[in-house]
Amino acid sequence: MPVTQTASEKLWQRRDRKTQLSIWGVQLACLMVFAFCWSLVSEKTIWEFVYDAPRQAGDMASRMVPPAWDYMDKLWLAIWDTINIATLGTLMAVIMAFPIAFLAARNTTPSVVFVRPIALFIIVSSRSINSLLWALMLVTIIGPGVMAGVLAIGFRSIGFCAKLLYEAIEEIDTTQVEAVTATGASGPQILHYGIVPQILPAFAGISVFRWDINIRESTVLGLVGAGGIGLQLNASINNVAWTQVSLILLVILGTVIVSEWVSAKVRHAII
Amino acid sequence: MNTATSTSRTWKKPPFIQSPMLRWSLVVGGAIYLALAFGTMDVNWGRVADGIPRGHRFVSAFFPPDFVSRAGDIFDGILESLWITIISTVAGIAVSIPVGLGAARNLAPRPIYLASRAILAISRTFPEIIIALFAVKLFGFGPFAGFIALSIGTIGFYGKLLAEDIEDMDPSQAEAVRATGAGWFQWLNYAVQPQVMPRMIGLGMYRLDINFRESAVVGIVGGGGIGATLLTSFDRYEFDSAAAILLIIIGIVMAVEYSSSYIRKWVQ
Repeated sequence: MPVTQTASEKLWQRRDRKTQLSIWGVQLACLMVFAFCWSLVSEKTIWEFVYDAPRQAGDMASRMVPPAWDYMDKLWLAIWDTINIATLGTLMAVIMAFPIAFLAARNTTPSVVFVRPIALFIIVSSRSINSLLWALMLVTIIGPGVMAGVLAIGFRSIGFCAKLLYEAIEEIDTTQVEAVTATGASGPQILHYGIVPQILPAFAGISVFRWDINIRESTVLGLVGAGGIGLQLNASINNVAWTQVSLILLVILGTVIVSEWVSAKVRHAII
Repeated sequence: MNTATSTSRTWKKPPFIQSPMLRWSLVVGGAIYLALAFGTMDVNWGRVADGIPRGHRFVSAFFPPDFVSRAGDIFDGILESLWITIISTVAGIAVSIPVGLGAARNLAPRPIYLASRAILAISRTFPEIIIALFAVKLFGFGPFAGFIALSIGTIGFYGKLLAEDIEDMDPSQAEAVRATGAGWFQWLNYAVQPQVMPRMIGLGMYRLDINFRESAVVGIVGGGGIGATLLTSFDRYEFDSAAAILLIIIGIVMAVEYSSSYIRKWVQ
């Protein structure tokens, strides 16, 4: 505890001089990095636009009310597509993530040296690429539409689901596996009776959690042409139909809130 | 115990969902939903079939990817993404600290609490990419729009977690510091901040990681960074440059993730 004794009284400080100086040093370095990055971004910014932005925002907001409620007729199909993209994509992801998770978990992988790194690489590359980038790639390859959206959501979610699932597999209770093994069960039987029942709740929870995230992400996939309500959003923005835009934003908001509520309810029921 | 049972019983694994009613209605409902979903899904199979050779070309572009011919653009894009990541993380966290303090129930008076929670809810609702879309409309093309979008996302994320962390802190330490006659800011600095700091540094690193990933996509709607370069290379069907960019993104994400988990372990 750093205490300095002055002529009349003891003065307590939280840190001694050396720690305090090194903390200040780190803070100064961070500040310099920030200032440097800021100057570079500032160079590329047209400040007139930024100064004008509040007026523009007010203008945009005033054009947005009231939302064009009658446009809703054309949105139902888009909402249905959006939900399908999220649901089918999640389904595809969990089906593919299940075996990959078993290959990646240290205690179930057939080979720690060969198979595990490959499974981990699949997980990492699926996770690092945002679903919008997956969609961009898939739209270029298989053309615009719901299909590209489903695949994009699926590819992005494989890594996420497999990572959480293999962590759950690595944390299972080994005594149960041992008990099943002691009855003379074969490899697949051990998997079926010893391991799967232990991870099933986690698996269901992960799937619902990812579904919730995917609803959010599938609302924007349309910006690159991969179907869903994002297509309408992009079209309305390009047509400067601001009343439609505000309606679409409200619809997205509603969808996200409902999906969050559903996922919270389901996860509560499972766990 | 009666050992002379004549009927042999076979054991069955109990099902995951206990109630048979719920189980079967889920199965039937799921089947109906799948039929409907696939039935209404509008897929142009001819176009998908056309895509297979193109997909093959795309995959083969990874062996080897072309880092060289667009090296200048890629380098600029990556650097821009990194700047956006850093300033938006710093600015977002700086703004989220007062908001997060306001959103902690044990710290703030009721009206401030409700206002701060509303700010957090609004900034968390929409995906960063939609915010970026509007930021581009307002501030023009370029990294500033991306910076605004990612900062808003950071405020919602970080402010909420900070508020929750403050609500979970140990009240006895806070009371002890208050009992010494500390002022509000001293109390904040000596009682609250040391308790939440380690976790918040970890979360800051995690958000840096998220922001880099997101900065790769804000470029698609015009928010600057590597996304714009990637979009251009896709539009020109330059798959080998696109492959190079994707590999660089994966590499940087892995590096950031690894170092951020290292720092988090070191801090805690």
